[in-house]
Formats: sequence, C-alpha cells, structure tokens
Amino acid sequence: MVNVVASTPGLFPLPDWAKSELADLKGHQKSDLIDGSESDDVTAVYDRARSAVIERQKEAGLDRIVEGQLRWDDMLAHPLCVHDNVETRGIIRYYDNNNFYREPVVTGPLKPSGDMARDLNRVGGVSGLQAVIPGPYSLFDLATDEQYGDPSAFIAAIGEFLAGEIAEFPSVEMIVLLEPSLVESPPDDSLAPRVSEAIDTVASATDASVICQPYFGALDEKVHAHLLDADIDAVGYDFITDHEQSLYNINEYGTKSEIAIGVVDGQNTRVEEVSTIHERIDWVRENTPAASFETIYVTANTGLFYLPESRFEAKLDVLAAASEYEEVHAYND
Amino acid sequence: MLTMTDVREQFRPADHPHDHFLLTTVVGSYPKPKWTDRVRDIHDGEIDCDASFDEDHWQEAADDAARLITHEHERSGLDVIVDGEMRRTEMVEYFAHRIDGYELNGPVKVWGHNYFDKPSITDTVEYDEPWLVDEFEFTDDVADRPVKVPITGPYTLTNWAFNETDRTDEALATDVAALVNEEIEQLVEAGARYIQIDEPALATTPNDHTIVGECLEVIADGIPADVRLGLHVCYGDYSRIYPEILEYPVHEYDLELANGDYEQLSVFTEHEFTKDLALGVVDAHTASVEPVSQIKANIEKGLEVVPPERLTISPDCGLKLLPRDVAYGKMENMVKAAREVEAELDAGTIDVPARTIQADD
Repeated sequence: MVNVVASTPGLFPLPDWAKSELADLKGHQKSDLIDGSESDDVTAVYDRARSAVIERQKEAGLDRIVEGQLRWDDMLAHPLCVHDNVETRGIIRYYDNNNFYREPVVTGPLKPSGDMARDLNRVGGVSGLQAVIPGPYSLFDLATDEQYGDPSAFIAAIGEFLAGEIAEFPSVEMIVLLEPSLVESPPDDSLAPRVSEAIDTVASATDASVICQPYFGALDEKVHAHLLDADIDAVGYDFITDHEQSLYNINEYGTKSEIAIGVVDGQNTRVEEVSTIHERIDWVRENTPAASFETIYVTANTGLFYLPESRFEAKLDVLAAASEYEEVHAYND
Repeated sequence: MLTMTDVREQFRPADHPHDHFLLTTVVGSYPKPKWTDRVRDIHDGEIDCDASFDEDHWQEAADDAARLITHEHERSGLDVIVDGEMRRTEMVEYFAHRIDGYELNGPVKVWGHNYFDKPSITDTVEYDEPWLVDEFEFTDDVADRPVKVPITGPYTLTNWAFNETDRTDEALATDVAALVNEEIEQLVEAGARYIQIDEPALATTPNDHTIVGECLEVIADGIPADVRLGLHVCYGDYSRIYPEILEYPVHEYDLELANGDYEQLSVFTEHEFTKDLALGVVDAHTASVEPVSQIKANIEKGLEVVPPERLTISPDCGLKLLPRDVAYGKMENMVKAAREVEAELDAGTIDVPARTIQADD
C-alpha cells in the first residue's frame, strides 16, 4: 500500500494583485529588491499574499503547505542576498532561464540570520507545513566566496549556515532542499563528498522529514550515488525533463524508501490531467521493480514562479487531486 | 546580379555629403512619450479615469506618437529610420496577440518586479491578418527617409513562449518562421526594403544557432534580392555562435558591443567577417550621451572588422529604456560621429585595418 502525498517545491508566483502593489511600493530596479529591511507597508503586502497562497493550497487540498517563498526576489539565492555579510552585485542570469538574480558575494562569516524562520513563523498554525530552502550546493554555486577561501570550506560553511537557519524554524512536517545546481553544474569528484556532508549537516538539524530535490534534468550517476550517502529521507527526481536517466539512477543505485517525483511541469502552462499524473506514478512504480516505496510525494519538477497565476493555481489543483491515487489504478505489486 | 553593396547603396541619401557612406540607423524601440503610455493604460482600463478612450482614440494617439517619433528620428539625421515601435507593447507579446495559436494568460516574472505576459502556444500557429503592414505604411508615408522594419524572429517568438503543443520547439520555430516569411512578403509588397529580424533568445541558448539558421532559410525564401535582411542578436557570448552565423541568408548582423567595451571584438577579427556589420556604437543601458569623440573611436573599432562600405552604425540595442532626451542625444551624436568619420575616410586620414587584413590574405 503506497501513500501518495501531494506537495510542491514552493517558489510560487506572487498573486497578480501583489505583483502590482509591490512593484508600486518597491520599484523596478536592482536596489529595490528585498534586502531584509523592508518597510511595514511592504511586509503587510507580503503577509496578505502569503495568506492568499496558503488558503489557495488548502482549497486545492494539498497535503503539504508551503509559505510560497514570495519574498525571494532572487529566487534560490535569497537567503544569502538578504544576509548582512553578503554584498549583492550585478544582475546575472539564473541558470539558463530568462530570469535574473543579484550575484551574492559572501564577504564575512555566514551566521544564521533567521530570515526564513521569520517567514515561516508568520504563517501561524497550518497542518502539514513544509519548509522550502535552497540546498547548500545550489547556494554555493549561485554565490561568490570572498570569505572562506576554498570550495570545501565554503560549502561546509553554507551547510552550517542553513543548519543554523533550520534550528530557528517553527515545527514543520517536512523540509525540501532544492538543488538544481547538482544537475546544472555538478560538483567534481573531490567536492562531491563535501556536498553530501553539507546536505547531511542540514538534514541533521531537524527532526522533520527531509527531501533533497535536484531539477532541470537528472543527476549524473556519481553525484546521485553521493547524494544517497546523505542522511535524508527522500530524493526528488525530475521526471519531466529527463525521465530515462532518473529511472536509470534509481535502478542502478537504488534510492531512499520514500521518493519525490516531479511529474507536473513547473515551467509549462499546459496543465496535466490527473489521469496523466496517475499514469506517471504507475510508470515510475512499474519501472522500478526493485523498489517498494512507502511514500511517494507527487510534486512539480521545479518551483512554480515561471507560471502565470491562473495556470499556477490549476497545477496546485491537479497535484492535490492526484493524491487520490487508488491501488486498483496502479501497478499491482 | 545584385552585390551586397547595391543592396546597401539604395539607402544612401541623394544629398549625402561624402563619398564614403556609413549607413546610420537604430535597432528599433524608442522611449514612448508619457502621454502615449497613459492613453494606452486608460484605453486598456488599467487606470481609473472618467475619460473614455475607445479604439479610435487609441489609434489616433498611436498615429500621433508614431508621427512624432518618426520625425524625431529624421531630425537626428539617421539615414534609415523606424517609428520607435510606438504601437508595440513588448517584443513577444505584440506578435502573440496577432498570431492564431498563441494565448496570453498573464504576467510572469523576469527579475524583481519586472514581468512580461509570456504567451502560451496552444494550437497550430496560423497567419491571420498582417502584423506590421499598417505600421510600415503609416511610417513610410510620414517619413522622407527609408524605413526599416524590425520583426521579432521565430526562434524568440517560440523560445520565449510556453509550448503547450505536441510539436517540438524546433518544429514550432520553423512553423512560426513560415508566418514571418508571409509577413515579410506583405511588407515587401507594401514597399519595405529593409527588414531586421530580432533574435535576442539566441544569445541565451547559443547551442540552438542551427535552429535559427533553419528558420532564416524559411524566412528568406522567395524574398527579392534587393530587400536587405538583417539579424539583431544582443547580450550574449558571440564566440558561441560566430562564425557559424555567417552562413545565415542575411546581409547584415546587428551586434551589441559598446556595452562590453568591445571586449568581444576579437571574436569577429579572428575569422573574416564576410557580411555587413551593424555595429553597436552607443550603449542602450547607460543614461548619459556618449561624446562624438568616443563614438568615433567606437566606429573605428568596426573598421577593424569590415571596410566602411560594409559598416552600418547603430546603437547596441533598442533605446526604449532610456530617458527620451538621452535617446535622442545618442542618435544625434552617433550621426555626427559617422559623418565625421566619413569625411576623414574621404580624406584618407583614417586607417581601415579590415581592408589591410583582407588585402594581405
């Protein structure tokens, strides 16, 4: 009997009304982006927007509820971009997307700032609360180091930093670490074990379930093997971008007893049918004969800020509906 | 048979003062007068206002703006002008509204609070009514100078949209290329002789240069030989697409190089530049007007790549994000600089390194 849990990787688009209100309040330039010292007016808009996306997730019926990461102007680089010991420099391309973020340059020790915890604390009581944080390697990859001097020390420091941030979190059901850089610019053989240790450091800082979700493709098999060394509860696989290699990694190296499967496209407005999502769940189960998953988290392959609001909401609805997965429908193991 | 020079010479003004002719033009977009944006917002219902603006009012405002900016371009002395794209909103969105098969679902983030209405392609793309023929005819009618028509290219029109169809991205780009070809045929019918295909998306996904090449083959098919075709690509690593792009069936490449202070110039001197170069000589993202002396030095950078009869003088990119007086100042100084360099070329007081290099080959 498999437990199908509907989740998302967060990184939501702002509601359209909040896009306009915040553009008017904050402005359009680089210097107007969130730096952790926003005004009460700006905070109030984010609070209303956060409440709106939480209500929308409840309405959809998702099993895991995120606060939406609506303040993350710099996407995954956010926790560094708002940090006191980080300078933000030019606007640079975010992976190969048509999106941009401020280059964070670490110029002093990375002490926890409590920024992510503050957003989670503003949620109030929500059952199934899920935190979303950038994985240590993606933060490492998106940032420039002028403090720690060598890659091993820098990735370790980022691991400690994130662990410190998590220690301040309110009680959460689950934490999702987003790690697209593991796919986009994988660590070399000497760094890969350090990455796995840093993920371990982060995962050890919480009693909640921890999922590490790489995306924009499948992991290189060695990187996948190293990731399995980390003490996490599940790995997320991007079955939208590269289902064959994702499957190969699972069958060749195994995976954890739980799995997150990105089977809804976070970067395309075409809304999947619930039956399509079920077929994809079936396909993963049928094609991983050696595995027997206790829990399958069905999720989008990437954050959802790429989508216009109406399609984003439609994706929440189908993900939630897909958790009504009946064994009769499924591969009979 | 028409030579490359013939295709360019048709744009030399009758009263051109020099033997040498450095064709001056712009990429396309230009800051809109504030009242144009305001009228559009009222017309679109985005501003609460007692005034009611119907479609005719908006058309009249757009005509006024196009007339004004066309004349502003002529006043700056440019040889080939545009209307500053006064009727267009955004370079993908504008066309998405006009192509069957596209659908708009609302704004998506580019960075910070900068958004655009990224369209979705949900069905077979089809040509319905002309996209730019009215714009061209109006501008051509009010202008004394030749008019260039910038069109967003099929690769950008598909790469910067969501593909909801079962077609591959490559097949879809080729489908849209056929529509662009149809549009250009209509523009040519209406009298257009200078078409610029804008493909900024190529800079972000340089590995797709073969797809862009296939699209351009479709676009250029059947277009008369005296119609000048240009390609504008900006803000990327040119070494990843050059010299491969020289194979494209266009006369001219319009490139952004001033912003990077010509760091990438060597990319184009390592392998002979066999087509015309439209060189960016003013930066579209600095809000101060470059002095004539600096622009002249920039033009001379271009002469390291091509001889003067193959050099077009242009800004790096569309000027629409600049204050209008700065945009005008850049055009005016650009033309002054080009005319001074032409005089010096006539007098033989400027070296043309590109000619020396080619003569040595």
